[in-house]
Amino acid sequence: MTRKITEPAGQTRRGALRTLAAGAGAAALPLWARYAQAQTSEPIRVGFQVHRTGIGAAYGRWYDRTTQAAAKLINEAGGINGRPLEIVAEDDGTDAKRGAEVVEKLATQLRCDVGFGTLFSHVVIGSAPRAGELKLPYFVVSEGHHVASGMLNRWTLQPGITDVKSQVQAMAPYVSSTLGKKVTMIFPDFAFGHDHRDYFTAALEAQGGQVLEHIAIPPTETSFTRYFPRIPRDTEVIYHVMVGPAVLTFVKELGEFFGPSRPELFGFIDSLEAVSLASPGLEFLDGSYFWEGNPRYAQSDQTSHDAFFREQVGVDENGASVSDPDDVSTYAHMFGCWETLYVIKKGMEIAGYQGPDDRAALIEAVEGIGEMELSDQHPQGAKRFNGKTHQAFGHQYISQVQGGKLIKVHTTSIEDTLYPDEVDYTTQSL
Amino acid sequence: MEFGPYLLLASLEGAVTAAVLALTAVGLSLVFGVMRVVNVAHGEFFMLGAVLAWWIATTVGGHPALGFAVALVVAPLIVGVLAALADMTVLKRVAYDPERTIVATIGLLYIIQQVTLMTYGPEARPVEPPFNHRLAIPWIERVEGSWQLYYPWGLSTTSYKLAVIGAAAVVLLGVWALLARTRIGLVMRATQLDRDMATAFGIPVERVYALVFGLGAALAALGAVLVVPIQQAHYLMGGDPLLLSFIVVIIGGLGSLPGTVAAAILIGLSDGIISVFFSPTLAKIIATLLVALVLVFRPQGLFGTRAA
Repeated sequence: MTRKITEPAGQTRRGALRTLAAGAGAAALPLWARYAQAQTSEPIRVGFQVHRTGIGAAYGRWYDRTTQAAAKLINEAGGINGRPLEIVAEDDGTDAKRGAEVVEKLATQLRCDVGFGTLFSHVVIGSAPRAGELKLPYFVVSEGHHVASGMLNRWTLQPGITDVKSQVQAMAPYVSSTLGKKVTMIFPDFAFGHDHRDYFTAALEAQGGQVLEHIAIPPTETSFTRYFPRIPRDTEVIYHVMVGPAVLTFVKELGEFFGPSRPELFGFIDSLEAVSLASPGLEFLDGSYFWEGNPRYAQSDQTSHDAFFREQVGVDENGASVSDPDDVSTYAHMFGCWETLYVIKKGMEIAGYQGPDDRAALIEAVEGIGEMELSDQHPQGAKRFNGKTHQAFGHQYISQVQGGKLIKVHTTSIEDTLYPDEVDYTTQSL
Repeated sequence: MEFGPYLLLASLEGAVTAAVLALTAVGLSLVFGVMRVVNVAHGEFFMLGAVLAWWIATTVGGHPALGFAVALVVAPLIVGVLAALADMTVLKRVAYDPERTIVATIGLLYIIQQVTLMTYGPEARPVEPPFNHRLAIPWIERVEGSWQLYYPWGLSTTSYKLAVIGAAAVVLLGVWALLARTRIGLVMRATQLDRDMATAFGIPVERVYALVFGLGAALAALGAVLVVPIQQAHYLMGGDPLLLSFIVVIIGGLGSLPGTVAAAILIGLSDGIISVFFSPTLAKIIATLLVALVLVFRPQGLFGTRAA
């Protein structure tokens, strides 16, 4: 056992240590050095606050798919200002407190250029103040009226999806003229539901209708029959909007409660987002009406832009995943991520965005964006962005359940959804 | 809705809650009574039962009754075996020390919940009930001096909900028979009364513990399989049953089965009735207040015996 082991040159321990040290040194170089050859090769980092878990998880999954699809397209087309786009996703558990922490993490630890993608209104309301303090442009995709109401701040914008106030205002004339004037409302008991309660009640009264009863249900509730006896007997229309994991139970129990003699039903599709209309127990919905932010089923007058959007995200003509027909999308909401990402791109191009120093210029650029045409970038329809209230306005759709599918029966104009400004964020300093 | 039909509907809804709650709480109570282990992961075994029921029903396919029947047997069995394994690998290693078992079961809670999230996903998924007919319930009213039957709007239940109540009653009777009439029940009761003495008489206490922990979890899973066609399987669904089970077990007396069942009926019915007439939040407030009062004035619970 005295045989001498000869080592090839360069594989000595000393040599290996030297290589390791050089590698470690390279890894420890300041980040700017890696991109020293050109500022433009560093990606623009979009911090994506996503509801991966908690009650918003079904939405989060599809918001993620839509965002990734849009980011891929933007990168294939050359990125933003010649720089690639990088989506930095962080789960907030659909929790308001965690939301504020995620915004902080995105801005400071993960060095994101902007924050993006928050949906549930309580999380937005909990997170937006921190974004304002950190001066992080915060693009929410939430539907709540909290942006346009003036509750938030100049750093928070909602350019890719319309708000509840404009939606319900556009629905009220149809409900009162087509379905009935005596309405009972059932809604989740948090900010989003309260927006429905306040603005639909006012809009219906403006049409000569009347809301007989408001039934608020906690968003984590799992059993609903016990709320239904509060529905007054002379109700002509039930207006329902529900969110959370138990939406299917909610709609099923509504059907079981009424049996064969139900009043007219007008629901926000939120009550059935990510739920197949073919689920057992939903047969009674046939003939009922739904608001849809974007029609789940490909309609007979489908635009090429909608077809393009479906193809890129991977959604079939029934609104489900192309790889799994049981995986139904949140089609009425998720276009908002796609469109918002394109608004960020356009804003950054107008502002000549280079880095965090240009964040204020980005806000000003987006505030001036104005009209958006129906296009591959805006597949849901044309939109009008109000730079003062930081809120987009667009078309709304009403569909009827016919033979287990949602068929579009009414499209509102953008004008139907407008209301007087309640805030002018541009007067706030940046 | 008029008062009478309203109350009947509230009671029916409350009875379904009570039935499922009784199964879940009896499982929790059994584990505490025999093993003196406060099982914080109990709600997750409940959730696991529901998720497995969905998985089994989807895998089996065919008529909904077939998948459901298989789930009714197999899901509690799987959950029971998993729980027994957890007992042997975790709880036994910490020597059933009260504080450490609480921490260990909290750990189990998060492991089960997060593994479910990672595999089953965050969606709520439905299981089709084996049968489900809407049963309208008639009510009487006095019209022009004579009594008449009529069907009030919304006063209905479903055949499946009634079946849940019936099934829970049968299972509870079975548990009682197991404890009171069989040899294994005798062994369990002996272990509950005096662990050291049971060991001295040659009872394999550790095996009894594993069995009881598995049985407790299986009862929770069975309750979940029964309720999943009404609700849906979701990875966060274990929270409420855990809280309510603790409330029930404390009010009924830890370790007392009749007390647990009585308290489950009390809490389930009052939850149903208060939720319908006032608000579900008030129902939870009152239940929690009741727990506080019981702890202050009768710490051993309504049916419990004072610990030596």
